[in-house]
Amino acid sequence: MRANGNPDVPSVLTVLLLAVPVLAGLAGTALPAFGYLPVLGFETLSLEPFHQLFAEPGLTRSVSLSLGTGLTASIVSLVIVLLFTAGWYGTRTFRRLSRFLSPILSIPHAAAAIGLAFLIAPSGFLVRFISPWATGWTRPPDVLILNDPYGLAMTLGLVAKEVPFLFLITMAALNRPHIQNYFKAGTSLGYGRMATFFLVVLPQIYPLIRLPMLAVIAYATSVVDVAEILGPTTPRPLAPRLIIWMNDPDLAMRLMASAGALLQLFVSAAAIFAFLVLERIAETCLRQQFVMGRRHQREKVGQLAGLIPMLSIIVLMALAIALLVLWSGAKSWWFPATLPQNFSLTQVIKAVLMAGPALTSTLLIASAAAVIATGMTLWLLEARSYRNKRDSRRLKTLIFLPLLLPQVGFLFGLQMFFLVAGIGGTIGAVLLAHLVFVFPYAFLSLSDPWNRLDPRFAKAATSLGASRVQIFWQIQLPLLLRPVLVTFAIAVAISVGQYLPTLMIGAGRIETITTESVALASGGNRQIAALYGLLQLLIPLAAFTLAAVVPSVVHSNRSAMQLKG
Amino acid sequence: MIQTIAARLVLLVSLILPEVAAAQDNDWQAVLEKAKGQTVYFHAWGGEPRINAYIQWAARQVEREFGVRVVHVKVNDTANVVSQVLAEKSVGKSSGGAIDLVWINGENFASMKDNALLAEAGWANSLPNWKYVDVENKPTVVVDFTVPTEGQESPWGMAKLVFMHDSARLNTPPSSLGELLAFAKDNPGRFAYPQPPNFYGTTFLKQVLITTAPDASALASPYDMTVAAETFGPLFAYLDDLHPHLWRQGKAFPKDAAHMRRLLADGELDIAFSFNPGDASGAIANGELPATVRTFVLDGGTIGNTHFVAIPFNSSNQEGAKVYANFLLSPLAQTRKQEPEIWGDPTVLDVDALPANEKALFEALDLGPATLKPEDLGPVLTEPHPSWVVALEEAWVARYGSGSE
Repeated sequence: MRANGNPDVPSVLTVLLLAVPVLAGLAGTALPAFGYLPVLGFETLSLEPFHQLFAEPGLTRSVSLSLGTGLTASIVSLVIVLLFTAGWYGTRTFRRLSRFLSPILSIPHAAAAIGLAFLIAPSGFLVRFISPWATGWTRPPDVLILNDPYGLAMTLGLVAKEVPFLFLITMAALNRPHIQNYFKAGTSLGYGRMATFFLVVLPQIYPLIRLPMLAVIAYATSVVDVAEILGPTTPRPLAPRLIIWMNDPDLAMRLMASAGALLQLFVSAAAIFAFLVLERIAETCLRQQFVMGRRHQREKVGQLAGLIPMLSIIVLMALAIALLVLWSGAKSWWFPATLPQNFSLTQVIKAVLMAGPALTSTLLIASAAAVIATGMTLWLLEARSYRNKRDSRRLKTLIFLPLLLPQVGFLFGLQMFFLVAGIGGTIGAVLLAHLVFVFPYAFLSLSDPWNRLDPRFAKAATSLGASRVQIFWQIQLPLLLRPVLVTFAIAVAISVGQYLPTLMIGAGRIETITTESVALASGGNRQIAALYGLLQLLIPLAAFTLAAVVPSVVHSNRSAMQLKG
Repeated sequence: MIQTIAARLVLLVSLILPEVAAAQDNDWQAVLEKAKGQTVYFHAWGGEPRINAYIQWAARQVEREFGVRVVHVKVNDTANVVSQVLAEKSVGKSSGGAIDLVWINGENFASMKDNALLAEAGWANSLPNWKYVDVENKPTVVVDFTVPTEGQESPWGMAKLVFMHDSARLNTPPSSLGELLAFAKDNPGRFAYPQPPNFYGTTFLKQVLITTAPDASALASPYDMTVAAETFGPLFAYLDDLHPHLWRQGKAFPKDAAHMRRLLADGELDIAFSFNPGDASGAIANGELPATVRTFVLDGGTIGNTHFVAIPFNSSNQEGAKVYANFLLSPLAQTRKQEPEIWGDPTVLDVDALPANEKALFEALDLGPATLKPEDLGPVLTEPHPSWVVALEEAWVARYGSGSE
């Protein structure tokens, strides 16, 4: 046994896996931004790329769009989750609705956006549903709902996806030991349900929600796929414009795109900073409430305010998925028909056959990423608990770091490195890029269950003479089978959802269902767009189903291992 | 001028061809030998599932017949392909490039040619099926947007701007740009064009530009800043007039032609357009457009061009790429391509000069209910020089695409 001070192999590997691509990518982005890109013949440092960037028409508009939509979507999502949890935690309604939220979480962003577009477009389902009998419209109204210049549709799309994420994070935080006691304490002090949550419970769990929330902000301010499908185009938000510049035949534009990527880093950082300021203000307000000691027992309005948005999101997403299914089989479906007039399965079969290669690479990358991420997480957790190092904050923050940066910020540079190394456009390179984003979620999902595992199992086994390997395979892993499989499923879902890393690192050669469906989203054939959206969603769904079924089969003869409730 | 000279040159070459045919047969045998077992990465726009299916069909044929594997790499914008080859050249990658064949024309071809990113001149004219290409009546097969192809790209299909309307809602479509404007004013929100620099959006701009420019001949030579203002003036005056009456008041645009066609299908638009005269019939057959949609053109002609496939200089599978390009030119592949349900893309071949069996293939084609007869397609307006397109797109984005209004 080595001394506790030395770093262990899995920790070092983790740091390498995450830090190297991120740092190399950042450097590879920063240098060209200042005019230095020797492989393409640019060798003098200058501020020219920035001058060029700031001379782009509509740049201010793009930046404010990214900032505005991203920040609004994140804050609205958090407020919805907190209000709902505050008003309904512990009720039957709460348990029922939460069952819907985890499947929504597994829907990739692009698929959700496509389904949402089918729903809310002027020619979409909602308008069809009430036309022409209620509206008199025999043709779709000329109203700007999708791709509106203020990015409202895009914000809605982001909220619908971030609410389930933040909700599950909040759930995990509430499942920590002793949290229930705070609810009891608040109630016994005479606080209302919501007041208890906001004044007593939230301060306890908020530290656990904060980092994921910052990740949501970084993501939402730099999102590309959702922006492409639902966002404005005159001009586009910053991140999608960067992609266009990066691909311009004029190579000097790459310098400007890199400068833009630095600007994107700054924009996301500014959004995070703005949020931290708002957070401080909210904290002060809450504290004042606490000092004043009002018990806030009348809370019907607050409860409704928590329920309605949550219910709407669940209904919206359920309809969006139903529309993906309907459109997949629809041959013709003319406005204002509420349901398809013609179904055709031959198209479906043809499309599935055509999707073959994309499906194969999606499955290959997702399963490899999930196996590696879950395996590494287990290795890391086992090594750390073996050495009695638990829950170190530094490691957690480091693992989370890639999620706090906008993806374009370092993918530009990473793409350059892969190109120079000659592995750009290979499945391995794409897998590596996916791991940077998949691993943090795997760690996030598995570290709590691991830390809750009673250490006395391992101690008892050791005293019976079991080796470390035996303990892991025969005790720890079987005990954690369910969370391990759930982690695997989450990792699959995250990998399938990756649009930008696949697009940029894959250099167009590696196509997955997700890159395909974003390309087809606005195409002429909604049937095929829907079908790809559906395939995108079926893969994570299959993984989650597996995660639910396998443990009950394996543990069917062990009643204590069955899922309770 | 350049066009006719180039066309005559190529014609001349094709007249001498029979004498060298035997030698060429041997050369082609060598190409076939080398091609066997190669994998060709064909980078082609992938936004139309029907076209993708056709590309896959052709890939299966050459794999079976010649042992050449073709992988379709679907691209959003061919400009990305140009930038990728340029980047490879800049890092000194002169062989083993990622791209073996690219679907291309216009400014992207000009850009690749200018930067010496293309395989050696003349390869296209050495393909066995080149002899069927209609160089005489389709001059754009050798002159791409005023730039001579010099055999550095092989023609694949013909494009011509045609408009589509749903006859169930709009009986008499406008027959000129002026009437189109009047239509838009009377029916606000029922016309749109894809957002430039999307290819189709830019094509609409070019149609207006050629029709309204005071001196259209300036467009045949490279971009000239001194006459830009007067050349663009009438175009932007027209667009300024049109935009408030566009779909969504011009605050949002369809993303591409497919999106625009979908809006026509939904009844959001009354008029859409396509670069493929068979598009409407194909879309009707596939249930993507109502059966009442018909095609029309404008008096005075619409823009037409040819689309090609080209081989980048650093492809290591050039033989395989040539075999695929040659197959795409074959009467069999060209007829199939013209079938409305498959793609509906007009042929580059001279149908009248084909051997009887091949000719029969074309004569048996049913072009569908919404396709205009070749004689009703009207005159072809030639594309402006590619350098105008760049300037045009920049001017458009600055004026309408940056939210500064």
